[in-house]
Amino acid sequence: MHELGITQSIVEIAERTAKEQQAMKILSVTIEVGSLAGVVPEALEFCFEACSKGTLLEGAQLLIERVPARGRCLDCGREFPLEELLACCPDCNSAAGEILAGEELRVKEMEID
Amino acid sequence: MCIDCGCGPTDQHHHDHDRPKSKTINIEEDLLAKNNRLANRNRALFQQQGLLVLNLVSSPGSGKTTILETTLKDLQNEFGFAVLEGDQQTSNDADRIAATGVPAHQINTGAGCHLDAHMVGHGVEHFDLQQTDILMIENVGNLVCPAAFDLGEDAKVAVLSITEGEDKPLKYPQMFRASRLMLINKLDLLPYLRFDLEKCRDYARRVNPEIEIIELSCYNGEGLDQWYDWLRKQLGKKKP
Repeated sequence: MHELGITQSIVEIAERTAKEQQAMKILSVTIEVGSLAGVVPEALEFCFEACSKGTLLEGAQLLIERVPARGRCLDCGREFPLEELLACCPDCNSAAGEILAGEELRVKEMEID
Repeated sequence: MCIDCGCGPTDQHHHDHDRPKSKTINIEEDLLAKNNRLANRNRALFQQQGLLVLNLVSSPGSGKTTILETTLKDLQNEFGFAVLEGDQQTSNDADRIAATGVPAHQINTGAGCHLDAHMVGHGVEHFDLQQTDILMIENVGNLVCPAAFDLGEDAKVAVLSITEGEDKPLKYPQMFRASRLMLINKLDLLPYLRFDLEKCRDYARRVNPEIEIIELSCYNGEGLDQWYDWLRKQLGKKKP
């Protein structure tokens, strides 16, 4: 359940930014979660309600953008969607690949009032 | 003149003034940034002291603490060790390590499922790092969460005991991908189990082609020399 700590970071980052902007209220915060980031989006939503209580984020919407994973084959160069960490290249079946996207775990933006 | 945006009566309105005056702030900040910053601070401290730091990760019950006890008994005259123990509750593991005579400190994470860089930074304040060559961090038994948290270590060492089944690297690929070494433990039980050693090695290499693998048993001593040589080699890289 490391989503709890991750959610606390969301609240920290959003509150710090809101204070810098002298915002009175945060309406929504958008985060990007890659499909290989090892984080369960539903668990983040669950933790968010508890973590945002009594902060500028109370009542704000948590918008989660899921980033699908993409990989590139190191043998033939083909780029392809990664369903899982272990996928082989659909063209040449090579297991040697690099991850291009899908490990994201960041606060993208927020809407303030 | 419009008080919202300053546009005049002849300007064309491309926006709606009835909306609440919200604005969108771009942030683009990594959620693990704080942990990573503290991990880098730990790493700088360890580097300055010439320490080799290993982060031991595994499921609960894989034998991490027994591997540590055995290693400390065999090598504590050769190297200065210190051990940080991470568990949700109890100081059982730190007590076992302290019984070997090596400085040990227990970190209880409570509800937490992993150690983070902040806990480790404070944990090492309990040790005299000048007397230490190798710092072992035994993470909370969990093959999921600790993979995401850098502690400032030189390498993660994943321990997999053969009672767990050979497909653990496939089921928990992030952890085995993040580890430099896999120790396959409890090798003495091999005659009693249906554990396919070759498949296990193959699965681990599919997840992480670079991973090094050592099979060992703390009961019959098999493979321990290889593990100790690996430690010497890693320490050699830190102290040329």
